[in-house]
Amino acid sequence: MKMQINSVVSPASREVVSRKAELKREALKLRARNLSLQLAVFVVLTGSWQFLSSNKIIDPFFFSSPFDIVKHIWTWAVNGTTAGPLWLQFWVTFEETILSFILGGVFGIIFGYALGVNELLSVILGPYIKMINAIPRVVLVPIFILWFGLGMPSKVASGLVLTFFIVFFNAFQGVREVDRNLVNNARLLGASKGQLARHVIIPSALTWILSSLHSSFGFALIGAVVGEFIGATHGLGYLIAQSQGAFDTTGVFAGMLILSVTALIADWGVSKLEKRFIAWRYVRK
Amino acid sequence: MSALETVYQANTQTEPAMIELKGISKEFVKPSGDVHSVLQGINLQIPKGEFVSIVGPTGCGKSTTLSLIAGFEPPTQGKVYISGQKLEGTNQRAACVFQTENAFPWKTVMDNVSLGLRLRGKNKAEANDEARKWIARVGLKDFEGHYPSQLSGGMRKRVALAQCLIVQPEILLMDEPFSALDVHTRHLMEDELLRIWEETSASVFFITHDLEEAIALSDRVIVLTAGPGARVKGDYRIDLPRPRNVAEISFDPAFMRIHQQIWQDLRDEVIISYENANKFSS
Repeated sequence: MKMQINSVVSPASREVVSRKAELKREALKLRARNLSLQLAVFVVLTGSWQFLSSNKIIDPFFFSSPFDIVKHIWTWAVNGTTAGPLWLQFWVTFEETILSFILGGVFGIIFGYALGVNELLSVILGPYIKMINAIPRVVLVPIFILWFGLGMPSKVASGLVLTFFIVFFNAFQGVREVDRNLVNNARLLGASKGQLARHVIIPSALTWILSSLHSSFGFALIGAVVGEFIGATHGLGYLIAQSQGAFDTTGVFAGMLILSVTALIADWGVSKLEKRFIAWRYVRK
Repeated sequence: MSALETVYQANTQTEPAMIELKGISKEFVKPSGDVHSVLQGINLQIPKGEFVSIVGPTGCGKSTTLSLIAGFEPPTQGKVYISGQKLEGTNQRAACVFQTENAFPWKTVMDNVSLGLRLRGKNKAEANDEARKWIARVGLKDFEGHYPSQLSGGMRKRVALAQCLIVQPEILLMDEPFSALDVHTRHLMEDELLRIWEETSASVFFITHDLEEAIALSDRVIVLTAGPGARVKGDYRIDLPRPRNVAEISFDPAFMRIHQQIWQDLRDEVIISYENANKFSS
């Protein structure tokens, strides 16, 4: 009905077209401006760092310089690191992160869902979960290294406990926030318990869960890196710890740079995932 | 009027009422530990195919009555019978248009409307064919692929209506379905509801706070007393001819007479409810 009103050809339609083109141009201009400003911030920050460091205004031993850092990464990439080739370090950390991210996410969603749906379970387990959550979980890492050794399992465990709680609380909240009317509506329309979960509760909670995945990937990375710091034989965290032990500031910064790039890429991936799973949130209004 | 009543009684003798509330009371325990009585001794029979509106002051337990019929919660005392059978759990013969939203925001119009059939085990192609008919019937033909957030309030109500009616419910529950719409859209939707309902044989249980809407739509208007412990205060038969035009029926002298009569009843309750509210808040 309303569409017909819109599709009536107005005498001023040509003006509308030119106006649209103008709006598009303006949007493009805005984008270009934002991008160039972002670039400017980068240039100013790294430029002044480089300048201060090469002119010895700040001590290059403690502060290094952007150029040295890039050169250091290049040397690692070409000649390998003390613990083997760079890609292996990267891969080890990445694998640990992904594993703990997935496991923490899956357990978080399962427990969050279970406690969200089941009142009794949430009443009984609620205080314990809060108690465990109150422990700074980084202190668990030494225990995990004692239990699981210097290899991958101890890092996955530490990443897992970090991600689990974030996803858990969000999944729990998401399930609790489901609109009562929508649940009732589905029940009247004949939904069984399983169908209710599939058609109503999970899609509704997904908004919460996916937004928690953004921050939880960062935490999975923290878990892996802290684990490698405390005791490991491979990985980017191990590399940073090694550099630190050798008073190699440039090495520490180089490790940090690789880590932050990894986190950026992962964040981009999660955003893609989010857009795919909750497409209905992004439709044109 | 008397002729109608005899027909009504004859009906109840031959077959059990579609909905029967027998001695219903509903109480809640407040967080403070006090018991709050919402409904007290409600007896009500709604035959098959009847359009019944229920009016009453705010907070008198209209929605609670609806959720008892829907089976969302059990009554504290008394029993709900659907076609003579005691209701246990969710009422599978009913569908409900809610005051807020029926449509699932993550589903397209098509998926929303076909949901009832899919949940009842129909395969996707069949369910979609049926849904397409209903979507056309409520005038949303070009919007099958749209998400609810892309539709206007009135259109979302149409989706809700199609979503409910596709499962061919014997009971259609409506909880102030049009109260959020502007007055013109509302009249359009009311006319549409009547048009579609007249083709079905569903009993309608319609909650509203708007007496004009209640009279314009219904075969029968029930007035509840102010809470706590609401009872049925009045039960009026509306013998205005059908089909009706909702926007114009209010100029009918018969309509005005009925309106005045019911309003006498309702006004006292609204005043009581208002005084109660002020008493509790001060």
